[in-house]
Amino acid sequence: MKIDWKAYQTNGFFDELIDAQGNIRTHGKQLAQFFSSLSKEELVKARAVADLAIKEMGITFTVYNEGNMIDRAWPFDIIPRTIGKKEWQTIEVGLKQRVEALNLFINDLYHDQKIIKDGIFPKGLLEKSVNFRSQCVGITPPNNIWAHICGSDLVRDGNGTMFVLEDNLRVPSGVSYMLENRSVMKRVFPELFEQVSILPVDDYPSQLFDMLAAMSPRPDDKPEVVVLTPGVFNSAYFEHCYLAQEMGCELVEGRDLVVEKDDCVYMRTITGLQRVDVIYRRIDDLFLDPEAFLPESQLGVPGLMRAWSKGNVALVNAPGAGVADDKVVYAYVPDIIKYYLDEEPKIENVPTYKCLDPKECDYVIKNIDKLVVKPANESGGYGLLIGPKSTKKEQQATIAQIKADPRNWVAQPTLDLSTVPTLDGTEPDGRHVDLRPFILSSGKDTQITTGGLTRVAMVKGSLVVNSSQGGGSKDTWIVDEEAK
Amino acid sequence: MLSRVGETLYWVARYIERAENVARLINVNNMLMLDLPKGVCTGWEPLIDIIGARQAYEDKHADYTEQKALRYLLVGSDNGSSILNSIIYARESARTIRDVMPRDVWEEINSLYYYVKDNQKEGLAKRGRFAYLKKIIESAHQIFGALDATINHDHGFTFIRFGSLIERADMTSRILDIRSETLITSDEAKPYENIQWISLLRSLSAYQMYRQEMSVRVQRADVLEFVMHSEVFPRSILFCLIELKTLISPLPNSTEIINLIDAVVKQLKAEDVRALKNGHLHNYMDQIQIELAGIHNALAQTYFLKPPE
Repeated sequence: MKIDWKAYQTNGFFDELIDAQGNIRTHGKQLAQFFSSLSKEELVKARAVADLAIKEMGITFTVYNEGNMIDRAWPFDIIPRTIGKKEWQTIEVGLKQRVEALNLFINDLYHDQKIIKDGIFPKGLLEKSVNFRSQCVGITPPNNIWAHICGSDLVRDGNGTMFVLEDNLRVPSGVSYMLENRSVMKRVFPELFEQVSILPVDDYPSQLFDMLAAMSPRPDDKPEVVVLTPGVFNSAYFEHCYLAQEMGCELVEGRDLVVEKDDCVYMRTITGLQRVDVIYRRIDDLFLDPEAFLPESQLGVPGLMRAWSKGNVALVNAPGAGVADDKVVYAYVPDIIKYYLDEEPKIENVPTYKCLDPKECDYVIKNIDKLVVKPANESGGYGLLIGPKSTKKEQQATIAQIKADPRNWVAQPTLDLSTVPTLDGTEPDGRHVDLRPFILSSGKDTQITTGGLTRVAMVKGSLVVNSSQGGGSKDTWIVDEEAK
Repeated sequence: MLSRVGETLYWVARYIERAENVARLINVNNMLMLDLPKGVCTGWEPLIDIIGARQAYEDKHADYTEQKALRYLLVGSDNGSSILNSIIYARESARTIRDVMPRDVWEEINSLYYYVKDNQKEGLAKRGRFAYLKKIIESAHQIFGALDATINHDHGFTFIRFGSLIERADMTSRILDIRSETLITSDEAKPYENIQWISLLRSLSAYQMYRQEMSVRVQRADVLEFVMHSEVFPRSILFCLIELKTLISPLPNSTEIINLIDAVVKQLKAEDVRALKNGHLHNYMDQIQIELAGIHNALAQTYFLKPPE
């Protein structure tokens, strides 16, 4: 028995491969044909090859479980998700617009705060923001760029319209999995890549390095770029290693760095101190510098903020960029785009109720069983309540939290996330997905990954795609429909 | 090269080398016990002495029966120098520098860890022991071979070699010390003296090379001369020291370490090791171990990451 796409049920969801009439979408035709040419044995074998490749390549992520640290293999599905090149180009334009506006917004918040003075963005929101860093007020990073690397999560609703679900501006992760997914697929189905025109993804590390190098305070010399990791216990440690390796940079920990009397940053090498120009930091703001933030932080470097504020070192992303990475601020992004760029948003936000507004808060509490309720500053799916799938008790607990701190909560209608055929045994079955592209901004130009990381809720019917909560991933193909 | 990375490479090499040495030691002791009559045998006690763990061992274990001692040496979680712990340290260290470690080497260390952990029953059973230990020794050779063939021979490689050689010289001095001290020389055991010296050589993989180089039958004075003074045998103390000096010379700020090694070498060459008898041999080996620790400290002081003041 081979895969019969006619038997595949979309169950009323928007499916990325098969339309509502049961026809295969243009950008997925070759893929679907290829998969239906495989026998069940071949499918099983392909899956085993993929699993083995992932184990051998050591693609892991770390989860904490009752105090133990466990390295888990990355759950991966061998049926790729396809997007047509034309649609992707319009998405790219929308993402560029969004990130440009966000950078203008952050820069404004740390300087004149015109958007508050003009009454577009409430002052009270900023005062309560846990990601606003007063230490950054008045500082101007190179080219006014704060969020050099942005990972925006995109989802489709039941009609197939693409929305931005959230923007990750602090230390977005996942790009290494996007790259490794592709290399796994190339090992498993090399012949497929000969048949279909799939745009390559492996340019990212070079683009990332170029962007980082362009931020150097000493542009004439060969800049010393390092990746700063919290260390081997961090859940994204694999990615930190991977990116450092791909870029040929040093992977440093806080204790490897020192700020000297000249307010420059140096790394301790076996031949003595060596100046560092650009730090791609994968440590949260509050741990960066015990002198400026949490004094008990062991991960950071004392004096780092001083070096940065004097322009002696570039920090990517800039400290304080997270102020725009907040689920309440998110609700204002369409207004932010209009305010700074005088343009309509090219990709819509998911409609969002702000509990800050008493009327909207009332609505959220009354309709909590129909909504997805999110705390403003959690990532990784923690603290999230999915109304239709929650118990009364869970709803009551969340309502109590909302009442205690309304500013910290937003709610969105439950979206019928799009599905992609995913192997369940040897049969394809629809699983919900999102998409996280990564946007690199240097202030001179903007680069966007070709596609991004497609995350899949591996459990049937589940909407949670986070790797820490049982999600997996797929290779993402941007297919040139017109290429012969 | 970051100081932390240099230091980690040094320790990864030391731990792998240590695991290999302990594996060989157990294997050879195992063989020796098969050859010696029951009353003559020294059992497993000397091995615990070689790794310097008598006190710690006796705190927890009443006697030196084969199962207790072996478990302690192979997988004892309370023994910092057990094979399993050495490999765990090597693996955990290698994990923190995965960006500089060649992929193949990381994978080999990783699979060695799983092998040692998952097959410990084999190692504890009489029948599976030889194959279990052999696999550990081979895997260590493969790791060092892969490192030699795939990592840049830059400062990082220097630290790998340095760690491996210091560990080797240290282990040679320990084996010499304990093995010669516990050598049974009673009239009754006289016929077996030769076997015991051969066994000492085998613990250092030195038997074949001794034969080739010394061209004499195995006897005390020549064995001591060979494992301490040989300039061609890679586990002799002198050989290791000369290599250490060659390795460190191109590094900046190495003058102090070079002088230190020079002094030890000069002293070692001048020593009439053939004549060293029990008490003197023991004292001399103690002195060598202290000097090796001194070289390690000088290396750490010059190149490694210092703890925050």
